[in-house]
Amino acid sequence: MTVIILLLAASISVSAIFLAGFIWCVRHKQYDDEFSPPVRILFDDKPKA
Amino acid sequence: MATTHDSALKCAHCGEDCTDHSFRIESLAFCCAGCKTVYQLLNQQGLCAYYELNEQPGATLKVAVRKDKFAFLDDDAIARQLINFRDDGQTRICFYLPHIHCSSCLYLLENLRKLQEGVLSSRVDFARKEVTIAFDHRIVSLRRIAELLTETGYEPYISLAAMKGAKPGVDRSLIYRLGVAGFCFANIMLMSFPEYLGLESADRSLQGMFRWLNFMLSLPVFLYSAYPFYASAWKGLRHRFLNIDAPIALAVAITFGRSVYEVVTGTGSGYFDSMTGIVFFMLAGKVAQDKTYRQLAFDRDYTSWFPVAVSVLKDEQEVPVALPAVQPGDTMLIHHGELIPADGILTRGAGLIDYSFVTGESAPVEKEMGELVYAGGRQQGANIEVLVTREVAQSYLTQLWNQDAQRKKSDKDKDSFVHLLSQFFTWIVFSIAGVTALYWSFVDASVIWNAVTAILIVACPCALLLSGTFTNGNILRILGRNRFYLRDAQAIEDIAQIDHIVFDKTGTLTAVQDTDVQFEGAILTLKQEQRIAELAAQSNHPLTRIMASRLPRKSDLRVAGYREHTGLGIEGFVNGVLVQLGSLRFVSGVAPGQGIATRVYVAYDRRPVGYYTFVNRYRDGVADLATRLQKKYPLSLVSGDNNSEAHRVRALLGNKAELLFQQQPADKLHHIQSLQEQGRSVMMIGDGLNDAGALQQSHVGIALAEDTNNFTPASDAILEAKQLPLLDRFIQLCKANRRIIIASFCLSILYNLIGIYFAVQGLLSPMIAAILMPSSSLSILLITYGSSQLAAWRLKL
Repeated sequence: MTVIILLLAASISVSAIFLAGFIWCVRHKQYDDEFSPPVRILFDDKPKA
Repeated sequence: MATTHDSALKCAHCGEDCTDHSFRIESLAFCCAGCKTVYQLLNQQGLCAYYELNEQPGATLKVAVRKDKFAFLDDDAIARQLINFRDDGQTRICFYLPHIHCSSCLYLLENLRKLQEGVLSSRVDFARKEVTIAFDHRIVSLRRIAELLTETGYEPYISLAAMKGAKPGVDRSLIYRLGVAGFCFANIMLMSFPEYLGLESADRSLQGMFRWLNFMLSLPVFLYSAYPFYASAWKGLRHRFLNIDAPIALAVAITFGRSVYEVVTGTGSGYFDSMTGIVFFMLAGKVAQDKTYRQLAFDRDYTSWFPVAVSVLKDEQEVPVALPAVQPGDTMLIHHGELIPADGILTRGAGLIDYSFVTGESAPVEKEMGELVYAGGRQQGANIEVLVTREVAQSYLTQLWNQDAQRKKSDKDKDSFVHLLSQFFTWIVFSIAGVTALYWSFVDASVIWNAVTAILIVACPCALLLSGTFTNGNILRILGRNRFYLRDAQAIEDIAQIDHIVFDKTGTLTAVQDTDVQFEGAILTLKQEQRIAELAAQSNHPLTRIMASRLPRKSDLRVAGYREHTGLGIEGFVNGVLVQLGSLRFVSGVAPGQGIATRVYVAYDRRPVGYYTFVNRYRDGVADLATRLQKKYPLSLVSGDNNSEAHRVRALLGNKAELLFQQQPADKLHHIQSLQEQGRSVMMIGDGLNDAGALQQSHVGIALAEDTNNFTPASDAILEAKQLPLLDRFIQLCKANRRIIIASFCLSILYNLIGIYFAVQGLLSPMIAAILMPSSSLSILLITYGSSQLAAWRLKL
């Protein structure tokens, strides 16, 4: 049954990585402005006409 | 009003009607030279995606901004207080741009570097309507940046409040807490599954490990995520008040305590899953409710209205001076449309000052040289010079404001009905726990601890809190979608309880910009009217400007010998006929009597023919709204204006309405107070600074704004003027809010009864708790969301 312990450790560390990622996102203001980023990514630079 | 223009041509830049067809580029039409210039500029730089992303995204540039408006940004002392950061190579500044509203704005503003050499980068914060621009100050000046933004239609709003420095940062702690709670909750659920499904005796060692892991994972939730509930409960208890967070904090603490006890003694697996689950759901509810409108400010003071700097004349030179540095004895130069920031004496020019924002009086006041002018008015027409007599901080306006600000809402501490329900609820739970304890002490004393803690766990009023927060959050969002922004959830309950509505007139029932012109006197032919309009169009006086825009115009008329007599009127030959407009004395030589309304007299071909009066037009839909509201609420009107329109207002608000005219700001406030002393819950709807005191005093103060980006007095709610006719439906929705909360509360009681049925017998297994709690939370969530959507749908909101 030691495999379960291994799996547990793996699953918790994976979710901990996601939690860390989430905190990193919040800290980098990704939740402050929910309008601009999804729009911004669609703008492309056209060459001058 | 449906106008039948000869063509419904809309400006390609700003979407306004094109009255003049001379501004064209290929197939595109523009309303003015300004809009056309912006288009050309963007076209040159290959930024025409601006027009492809949204239709007509621009701001109209018909009203030109004064050339030197941003000259004060060249002053280093002022600039230093506005910029965020500066080093050798770059400067960073954050501007508030009220016009930001769509993805085109974002596109253009983030491509500023293509329009202006020296701009390094620019980034928009859409929620705050701000743009942060980094530029090389060796290449381009701060003033140029502000002017560039203005030229493209995004004039930065720079007020005195911006100089006060650091703005409060965004509070993200609730989101962190929610994230941590979600992480722990999900993992604990995962590790509780073996327990629910039953473990074989061979796996006992694993069971111990799962339990300890759950304990470890619940610690951050107990200590960190649930902290806001403890803080709020403690705050309530310190004020000897049992708020809804108190039983929740108690339930969380008891659940945690009992679970730790079970794990340590090896008697059970505890209720960590339920505990983290309710904390997670409650935090989610709080986040949903607290998602407020960051770009709106409900607490504003006079500094938000005042400009940063004013032109002061020093040795015949115009020098921009920061407002706090303006001293008595300085001479300020006030341009057309500018706010007078300090009390003073008019020393040069003809003052025509619009005090509508301060006093509610709709017509501009004429001031002559030597007269006292108070801060807060806007000069209309030519430039004037004002000798400052009092510092900005001591002006009449500032004092008016400070006096209001000191008045606290005394009855605002009253409890939300959710808190009252929870108190009621708490006592019932305690008595059930007491009776159960008493029963088991006779039957089997070993079950007492088990049964009592189980009751307290299961009867946690989290469902009540959830129904409150989720319903409130959803109602706030629905109202926000309809441009009615409430300060907080408490305002919903306050609106549901009001039983008297007080309106302001100017700017609230009537639109300030929308004035109708009526002619009294001899009947004019169309030709005559056209000639009068043509003469009126020559002058910059606000009244003649209104006439020019309302009367029929014909473009082939010629005006010759045009003369303006300051303070009297204007005259000129229109196609050979002498037309005179102005005061009664100017037109007919008769000394004026006591006029009540503002009039412009007309002499046509040297013969006085009558006069024009100006009446504010009532907003569209206000009449219907008043008819509907009359049936349900007593209405009042308090206006700073004179009573020349009393009969029109009477017709509008009905016979029972109470009408008060010529009310000073303090009178308005006293009127609200006297209504409150009669035991009424008053809703005040106003727009100007003159209503600020009354808005604060009333149970619900609603500030009306033409555009929610404009600055409004401090209030409980901000309503966009166009949406005023929906007011009665908003009130109904707020009432539905209460019914939804009570209904979902009854449902949660049902869940609690099931839980208590097991708990009093000492049979509450973690499995039952784990099913009951999330399912009650989720069903409450769905029901509150669904029924508030339904209520909004039925009200067509």
